[in-house]
Amino acid sequence: MLNAAGITLITTVFIASAVEAVEAFTIVLAMGLTRSWRAAIVGTVAAVIVLAALTAGVGVALTHFVSRELLQFIIGALLLVFGLQWLRKAVLRSSGLKAFHDEEKAFQEEQELARRASHETHLGLDWFAFVVSFKGVLLEGLEVVFIVITFGLRAAQETPGALVYASVGALLAVVLVTVVGAIVRHPLSAVPENTMKYAVGLMLSTFGVFWSVEGLGFFRTGGEGLGWPGGEWALPAVLAGWLVITRLLVTVLRVSVARHQRRALPAAVSEAGGGN
Amino acid sequence: MELVMRIIVGFFRFWYDFIVGDAWEIAAGVAVVLVAGVYLTRRALLPGTLLPYLVGGLVVLVLTGSVLREFRKKIHS
Repeated sequence: MLNAAGITLITTVFIASAVEAVEAFTIVLAMGLTRSWRAAIVGTVAAVIVLAALTAGVGVALTHFVSRELLQFIIGALLLVFGLQWLRKAVLRSSGLKAFHDEEKAFQEEQELARRASHETHLGLDWFAFVVSFKGVLLEGLEVVFIVITFGLRAAQETPGALVYASVGALLAVVLVTVVGAIVRHPLSAVPENTMKYAVGLMLSTFGVFWSVEGLGFFRTGGEGLGWPGGEWALPAVLAGWLVITRLLVTVLRVSVARHQRRALPAAVSEAGGGN
Repeated sequence: MELVMRIIVGFFRFWYDFIVGDAWEIAAGVAVVLVAGVYLTRRALLPGTLLPYLVGGLVVLVLTGSVLREFRKKIHS
């Protein structure tokens, strides 16, 4: 039976996987349409096999050789680093300091590269299309594997089979993106990727800080995990905290950017006038 | 030998890009906060109930510092 933690786990993994799958799909679509569908599909399948092997191998190794509290600490630290990076990008994008990720533009750039690349054939495959598809899916998928392993292993301590739930969440997202992409045969630029990335950043940072603090208990005499005030109920409070802080940062940055632009404009005008 | 070196450098560069990415200050900041947390826990210098607030507050500072650093970079460029 799925509890609240299991549902949160599947939802987070699903959203994160959907975002990465949309980006990987753009690369594979560009290679398929411009170069060779066969090479693009073989490259994708090869990368998926490597990712599945990695999930199973690393997952089993970590559960067998690392203690519960230490695992919690390592997982928390890694989630925190990833989560803060996702939040940083989301804050910079929302405040106008970084361009929004544009799937249509990325698709055109990939197609341009594919047109210019040389035509080499290895093992009966267009090598450029194979390598680019393989690398694209592997790199985008690695982040999903990381989230599946960390969330799945930590949740497995309370919810048996959580690693399987997490994998199912990821698989559902990949299947959905692939089916929709195969129907429209166009980059999925309508997907609100930036909002989804912000949501994933909030979740990763929340669980990251929560588990890394709990995992600090490994370093205490006795090695028992540290508790949060209110136990698991602290999670929604931490999530709300991140939401408030990031919205505050966006507001402050927007005001500062606008103020800087107002100051910079008259200076640029007078400089241009002085030059005449 | 050159090939081996290229593979080793490529391996470490890949993991650096994957974990640290384009904001090294976040990875460094989180590392410093958690090392401080480990030190305080091992020495029992702080009650366990205060640690969540301390770590939480410090990681907020890490994010704020990184965002402000990028803001300053953009303003001066």
